[in-house]
Amino acid sequence: MQLTVNGHPYHVHGEVGTTLAEALREELSLTGTKIACGEGHCGACTVLVDDEPVLSCITLVHAVEDARVTTIEGLREHPMIDAFVRSDALQCGFCTPGQIVSAVALVESNSTPTTEEIRHAMAGNLCRCGAYPKIEEAIRTWQG
Amino acid sequence: MARLIRTEKEVEGRYEEVWLVVEEDSLDQWPAGPRQVVGRDAVRVDGRERATGQAVYTADLTKPGMLHTAVLRCPHPRARVTRVELAPALALPGVHAAIGPGDIEQLTADCSFQGAAIAAVCADTLAHARTALRAIVCEFEVLEPLLDPDEAVRQGSLLGPARERSRGDYERGLAEADVVVEAEFRTQVVLHNSMETHQAVVEWIADGVEVHISTQYIWGIRDAVAQGLGLPPDKVRVVCHYMGGGFGSKNGPDDYTFIAAELARRTRRPVKCALTRREENTVAGNRNATIQRLTVGARSDGTLTALGGEFVNAVGWDGWSSGTEGPMQMLYGCANVKTITYGAKLNLPPMKAFRAPGFVEGTFGLEALLDELATKLDLDPLELRRRNHTDEAPEGNAYSGKNLLECYRRAEPHWERRHEVRARSTETVKRGVGMASQIWYGGGGPPSYAWIRVGSDGRATVVTAMQDIGTGTKTAMAQIAAEELGIPLEHVTVTLGDSDRGPYAAISAGSSTTPSMGPAVRAAAADAREQIEDIAEQRGLKGAPLADVVDVLEDSQILGKGARGPNPTGMQVLTFGVQVAEVAVDIETGEVWVERIAAVHDVGRVINPLGASSQIEGGIIQGIGHTLSEERLHDPATGRLLTTTLDAYKLPTIADVPEIVSELVDEPDAHLTNLGSKGLGEPPIIPTAAAIANAIRDATGADVRQLPISREEMLRALREAEARQKEKVGAPAGV
Repeated sequence: MQLTVNGHPYHVHGEVGTTLAEALREELSLTGTKIACGEGHCGACTVLVDDEPVLSCITLVHAVEDARVTTIEGLREHPMIDAFVRSDALQCGFCTPGQIVSAVALVESNSTPTTEEIRHAMAGNLCRCGAYPKIEEAIRTWQG
Repeated sequence: MARLIRTEKEVEGRYEEVWLVVEEDSLDQWPAGPRQVVGRDAVRVDGRERATGQAVYTADLTKPGMLHTAVLRCPHPRARVTRVELAPALALPGVHAAIGPGDIEQLTADCSFQGAAIAAVCADTLAHARTALRAIVCEFEVLEPLLDPDEAVRQGSLLGPARERSRGDYERGLAEADVVVEAEFRTQVVLHNSMETHQAVVEWIADGVEVHISTQYIWGIRDAVAQGLGLPPDKVRVVCHYMGGGFGSKNGPDDYTFIAAELARRTRRPVKCALTRREENTVAGNRNATIQRLTVGARSDGTLTALGGEFVNAVGWDGWSSGTEGPMQMLYGCANVKTITYGAKLNLPPMKAFRAPGFVEGTFGLEALLDELATKLDLDPLELRRRNHTDEAPEGNAYSGKNLLECYRRAEPHWERRHEVRARSTETVKRGVGMASQIWYGGGGPPSYAWIRVGSDGRATVVTAMQDIGTGTKTAMAQIAAEELGIPLEHVTVTLGDSDRGPYAAISAGSSTTPSMGPAVRAAAADAREQIEDIAEQRGLKGAPLADVVDVLEDSQILGKGARGPNPTGMQVLTFGVQVAEVAVDIETGEVWVERIAAVHDVGRVINPLGASSQIEGGIIQGIGHTLSEERLHDPATGRLLTTTLDAYKLPTIADVPEIVSELVDEPDAHLTNLGSKGLGEPPIIPTAAAIANAIRDATGADVRQLPISREEMLRALREAEARQKEKVGAPAGV
């Protein structure tokens, strides 16, 4: 099957039952997308499907055949990356790509979110190191 | 000069006597306060690669021909495997090998806790391995588990003998007291839930083994794997460049590393063995539950005359009985203290160190008890703590440095807010402020080493086989080297994470990485700087910038080496602090919101204030989870675990975070190394639960005694407080 990731068309095997996260990580070696729970509870695997944040670990790859998938690798030039680094919004960094993808989805539809809007949009992305205050700051100040 | 000494080494509050070769620490400490680079905010040197997803964690690693593993784990708390057949699994497509009880020490037929590993299978893909695992035939004889910690103590099911600690005359101290308060506190099992689950990739190469592993202690893994596999340690290479959180749970190799090693040996392929989230929340360790039966006696002026406690650590099947009594023994100058601590051995998964093990739990009990005393004596809780403060360590060895009174002083403006906070209470939502103190280790120690190379471009590379577990130590080491060499931070690179590429480095546990590694890095940089000064003198460039001195060296390099010096003899190196919490309690529903936490900690010199503030926030947020929402539950009848998913186990989210204000005293410990820095990983989580519980008492008059403070516990405490109040009002005059 064909999969469009970060603007590039790819052919993937996509065996029945393969999740989007597995296809990205194992077939395309796009390991920036992390799997931390594998059952849709933590947000670490968040990617954009047609600009909407989606949990790739519980999304079948066949479900996104005709969609545009954007992973953290496609957001390397996005100012949100610098905002996270500048604000110290990461510690171990394992949840960070998922946090940034969710944050990008938020600000691309609402460039100046309120604290409440940030908390609502980001509540599905767990961070065990507790970088939350700095994540909030990064999203508040993402435009520099 | 190298010197051989016999010394006590402390990790996570546990001491052992060790031989050490130490090198004298000949450098004077820098004066207090921010320097050019040290003491100033620095963004993480590896922040970009982590943020962009370029950082390759163990979870992201694949090797050519790598096989994936699934592990069959016991679903019962106690059971004997009566039959196991691997052949059906081996017959399935993609399967390369299967191992069962007895094939290696880590696989057992005699299961003493849920999650004990019985068999494992490796296959081309994880899906194949999991399918094959389901084909293994396994039958059990289910046995009655021992689950109750008090019952375990009665039966003598203990991990080691009970620990008795006593000073002064406890009974006399109680007799001298004007007021005595007794209370029982309980704390729950809490799960680490590192975002990257425990995992390793193991490959046999020539006559050795290469282990990529998500770990807090590269050198500990090297030794444990060498011993477990019967190899010389230099035939074990351990690699961990980036790791996704540990919090104390990733100090050893565990079963998965040895399972991968055995399967890799049999298949001659690299093998990955990664825990699933549900396995992680079963067998990857936990902060064990405790029962604390505590007594405090005091004179009417608040002077503590006696502190006593019976502590039961519900350790699980293995682990150790952590120092839950530590805060009671160490925090105040009370002359008469008597504690006994039991480690109950139960049919529950083994505990592991979890961010200040014992002290988080013990501080909740002790500091809540102190506030119950303050209420009885009608004393200001902060004043009660000041009256019992001591600058002379009650347990012997002097403090190397202690600025707890300064912490209290800086906490005053936050404490003063309590009048205004209480005034914002409504009919049904009560507000209040509470505080709690913190004591913990965090001095680090030798041995630890670093090398440094400086090129003719004036740039430096620090080489040491340490790990950065997400705490920002890589950044702190770069800052220290840059400061000592007098070059910009951007001109320093730190390479770490590989036992074949750098000297021994300390464990990242016990708040020890910065105080252990920092002085070694500074010593290495100083060694290079001195050589560069020699060259400057020969070039007639004395006092010139480093880059100007080395610019003619072409391919020559200046190589420096440094070692961590000894800790001060006959002194205790400890960290201190205080936190002030503001809460709101809905007295109708029992819901508790934490609205603000102010933290002031004393950890010696601060290397990176920005990273330090993140550490404090992270500790407090984990502390809030511990206090209000997190709990590993098991079914009381069968002992089966109920909260192995991140849906059932309630971690704090961004929406649960209050306003957090933090401050560090930033006074170098004059007796400790060439830096005067202590560790900050653990201190911030220690006082949080007690500060919140005390704020709840301030708001409502209710004494919460159990973590997590669920709505049930909050409503129970409110009912109890109401009954107490009625009794008081209803009592006849003069009684």
